[in-house]
Amino acid sequence: MSAEKTENLSWIDKRFPLTETWRAHLSEYFAPKNLNFWSFFGSLAILTLVIQIVTGIWLAMNYKPDATLAFGSVEYIMRDVDWGWLIRYMHSTGASAFFIVIYLHMFRALLWGSYRKPRELLWMIGVVIYLAMMATAFFGYLLPWGQMSYWGAQVIVNLFAAVPVVGDDLSVWVRGDYVISDATLNRFFAFHFLLPFVLVGLVFLHIVALHHVGSNNPDGIEIKEGPKGNRWSDKAPADGIPFHPYYTVKDLMGVVVFLALFALVLFFMPTFGGLFLEAPNFQPANPMQTPPHIAPVWYFTPFYAMLRAIPPMWGSQFPGVVVMFAAILIMFALPWLDRSPVKSMRYKGPLFKGALAIFAVSFVALAWLGIQPASDLYTLLSQIFTGLYFAFFILMPIYSSIDKTKPVPERVTS
Amino acid sequence: MRKVIIAALLLLAPGLLLASETAHLEDADIDLRDQASLQRGAKYYVNYCQGCHSLQYMRYNRLAKDLGIDMVTLRETLIFGDAKPGDLMTKSMRDEDALKWFGVVPPDLTLVTRWRSPDWVYTYLKSFYMDDTRPYGVNNILFPLVGMPHVLGDLQGKQEAVLEPAHEPGGEPIVEGVKLVEQGSLSPAEYDAMVRDITAFLTYAGEPVQLLRQRLGMYVLLFLGVLFVFAYLLKKEYWKDIH
Repeated sequence: MSAEKTENLSWIDKRFPLTETWRAHLSEYFAPKNLNFWSFFGSLAILTLVIQIVTGIWLAMNYKPDATLAFGSVEYIMRDVDWGWLIRYMHSTGASAFFIVIYLHMFRALLWGSYRKPRELLWMIGVVIYLAMMATAFFGYLLPWGQMSYWGAQVIVNLFAAVPVVGDDLSVWVRGDYVISDATLNRFFAFHFLLPFVLVGLVFLHIVALHHVGSNNPDGIEIKEGPKGNRWSDKAPADGIPFHPYYTVKDLMGVVVFLALFALVLFFMPTFGGLFLEAPNFQPANPMQTPPHIAPVWYFTPFYAMLRAIPPMWGSQFPGVVVMFAAILIMFALPWLDRSPVKSMRYKGPLFKGALAIFAVSFVALAWLGIQPASDLYTLLSQIFTGLYFAFFILMPIYSSIDKTKPVPERVTS
Repeated sequence: MRKVIIAALLLLAPGLLLASETAHLEDADIDLRDQASLQRGAKYYVNYCQGCHSLQYMRYNRLAKDLGIDMVTLRETLIFGDAKPGDLMTKSMRDEDALKWFGVVPPDLTLVTRWRSPDWVYTYLKSFYMDDTRPYGVNNILFPLVGMPHVLGDLQGKQEAVLEPAHEPGGEPIVEGVKLVEQGSLSPAEYDAMVRDITAFLTYAGEPVQLLRQRLGMYVLLFLGVLFVFAYLLKKEYWKDIH
């Protein structure tokens, strides 16, 4: 198609690098030919972001960010707005789907060593995206103005009150009131509308960084450093194939499978057993009545479990808050903690593989524990798994350097 | 403020323990495809419940459309007072009267089956028992010290608490279950059927779109199944020269 440029296209190309961009990022962006299903989650993450933004805008057309009207307006969307129920369930299912996709996308990075040189910045932008997603989800969860929206926000905003000295003022500043109220709802709505567009910007940076360093692959081999020359170009890596059409058609297959699972939840179990839409949230927010059990939505529960695992010290919850945020911030250091001579889990030794397995189990266990009511046993388990979570990072410089690795092949394996 | 955090974080456990100790729920065994059952449930609801409990997000005409009720029947049997078919199903009682009579405003029931469960509603309506210490002479195992009278009491009859001795000496005996001591105007089986109809109706009202949602879901999944075949073949065709 690019060979027979029309006059119109050349008119555009003189003023905007359309063909050049198309080539650089799609038709002549050479991705390793050995990508497996783990690589689906990048494009699926973009898809879920788009679903959330599009459905979110339509929801905003009918939603009322007002403490007296918000809950009713959600039911109005569910009942009186044409296809409102579908848009709302797409958005609520989409929120959880986005986190599932992102968690798998991050796990893929751990498997392939995609955070290692030269992809440190790519990884760090990714962690910022994850933080922005969590903020977006947190603001959005207040909007239905149900009991769990209200009390979940109350508990989380109170975490700011645990900051020494300025805590109380800080939490009032965040809420705009002494309790979660109409003022809080209004500002959370504003941020929930704004942040997704910040996310789009961050995703753009993420892709710019990715296309600059090139895609990693299951072998963790740099195809750019291998032999040159393939069917499409003499200068391109021999093990690279054009992203379009090869990976666009392959990702399309992944998209259809994802949409089928998405539809299965959306149409047949939209509450997903109370995990995606929590039962207490079908009751309007009542500031006078605390629900018997407050738990954040499932995607926050690993960090909530860590928060609860740390006992109050010096009469303050602050240490728990620090640990919770440290659990995310420590991800920024990951590129420099891994001292293994190889990138991919395929060639790493039993120590690293075992560490990753323990880490994955700990994360899932913490997610489960974060949903359960606190008990002595569960607190102890949360403490153990919190320790293991951090051990994965802190001990990595040691176990990654003494681990027995396998030799890495010259070329990617299929 | 710090107290609120600690309260919220650490005092959750006992609350849930209490909640989990409540009597086990009976299976409501409702069928949302059974329109006759939903229609009966709607009739019982407007006659026995709507005086005090609104369905503030449900419209009469939506109900009529979904339950296969024509407008004439709707106006004659389900709409009381001067409400119009497009109106929301509000209650007749005023909140200030409710506070005077019951001490609380009876909750709206549009979403009760979603934040409790259909089984809870079904069991609740069967769990009233005589208790002279309560203002209306009845209490409920599932909802101790409930403010409402047993509205369906004349139909069900009188139930008595089955008591179990207290776990610790000097404690209050524990209400273990209920048993019917004096049958009302309905047999136990008829009463169960009536309560099941009400539960089915409330489950419908909690999410009127649920049957359509599932029907549509089948088509969407079928479409995606077919699309997958083509997506797979397309991928295979493109990738046949990559080794």
